[in-house]
Amino acid sequence: MVMKVHGGVASTATMRVFATLYEKDLEFEFVPVDLRAGEHKKEPFLALNPFGQVPAFEDGDLKLFESRAITRYIAHAYADKGTPLVCEGKPMATVGVWMEVEAHQFDTFASKLQWELVYKPMFGMAMDAAVVEENEPKLAKVLDVYEARLSQSKYLGCDCFTLADLHHLPTLTNLMGTPLKKLFDARPKVSAWVADIMARPAWAKVLAMRSQK
Amino acid sequence: MAAPVKVYGPTLSTAVSRVLACLLEKDVEFQLVPVNMATGEHKKPEYLKIQPFGQVPAFQDESIAIFESRAICRYICEKHADKGNKNLYSTNPLVKASIEQWLEAEGQTYNPPSSALVFQLAFAPRMNIKQDEESIKLNDQKLSKVLDIYDQRLESSRFLAGDEFTLADLSHLPNTHYLVTVGNRGEAFSSRKNVDRWWNEISSRDSWKKVVEMQKSK
Repeated sequence: MVMKVHGGVASTATMRVFATLYEKDLEFEFVPVDLRAGEHKKEPFLALNPFGQVPAFEDGDLKLFESRAITRYIAHAYADKGTPLVCEGKPMATVGVWMEVEAHQFDTFASKLQWELVYKPMFGMAMDAAVVEENEPKLAKVLDVYEARLSQSKYLGCDCFTLADLHHLPTLTNLMGTPLKKLFDARPKVSAWVADIMARPAWAKVLAMRSQK
Repeated sequence: MAAPVKVYGPTLSTAVSRVLACLLEKDVEFQLVPVNMATGEHKKPEYLKIQPFGQVPAFQDESIAIFESRAICRYICEKHADKGNKNLYSTNPLVKASIEQWLEAEGQTYNPPSSALVFQLAFAPRMNIKQDEESIKLNDQKLSKVLDIYDQRLESSRFLAGDEFTLADLSHLPNTHYLVTVGNRGEAFSSRKNVDRWWNEISSRDSWKKVVEMQKSK
């Protein structure tokens, strides 16, 4: 029975899961959820994720929600397939640190900025300049830490590409399409890392899904 | 025999106490290294070497130095899989997947409103910062919605991830403790039958009682 991903092609959290599946060359079935119609806030979707958010995931009898829990599951359950996105032993501890950094340091500010600069315009809503003004310097400070880290390590978690890098891709791609691109361009190590991870073939496949819809 | 692991930061910090609870559950000996946040020690170059975001906790053992409380907890559980509470972070892949799901739910959905409330209700007054009434109202509403979903989940499950107390439940202890004590939000938990049962059970664990004692003695 093939794995299923319930979500939206433009949902950053859903895209995190697609990226993982493509990196590992795994077959899956995409079940679109009509976010505009609020399908994710009703049954039967709520049975898959009681928080009413995408994505939701199925692998046989296993049902999961929370994109970062789903990607972890896939990376370990299919460790021998495609790109190894986690490490065994001690390096995994540091990969784990930077996975938390993405979730709590980067995403906190990046998702607020993404909402104002990318999604609100898409929905014809007015941008709140105060929110951008407040969160831009905070994101910049996080990127300063990234610049120092990437001066010591090829990728965030260790010397190879892992979930710690992958989890950034959806929101990063969104922000690189806004004036905030300058924050990433201004930091050489960060800029090189961004270019490297965004150029991965698996990521191109995720983006191609958007033009198919 | 390995030296005690080191945890940097004050016991009053929610993130520090998350790590302490985990160490106690796993019977791993630790040494608490104070960090004087009132004098900004956590923002000074010496400390930034071990936690570049200038936050607590930081952690060291004989082989590694790491930070981020949930990453530290996972590391402790994996390294000491055979010690103390073995169900805390199960090695069974399907059980672990459920633990990860609820640990992410805690980090992404429970933590934002609960930590905003903890700051406003427990820490702001102490720091002579004026409380933001709008923020309190907004986050009370968000927390309420999250607790409704938890109550539904805990109707059919003893703990969040399943039948056993795990890291997913443990991760909720620090913020919730402040909410129901100094935050005066006990009713939000006691008015929901299953949440009430769950909170009473997890907060009565010896490990958590020990952490609360440590917080009082500072």
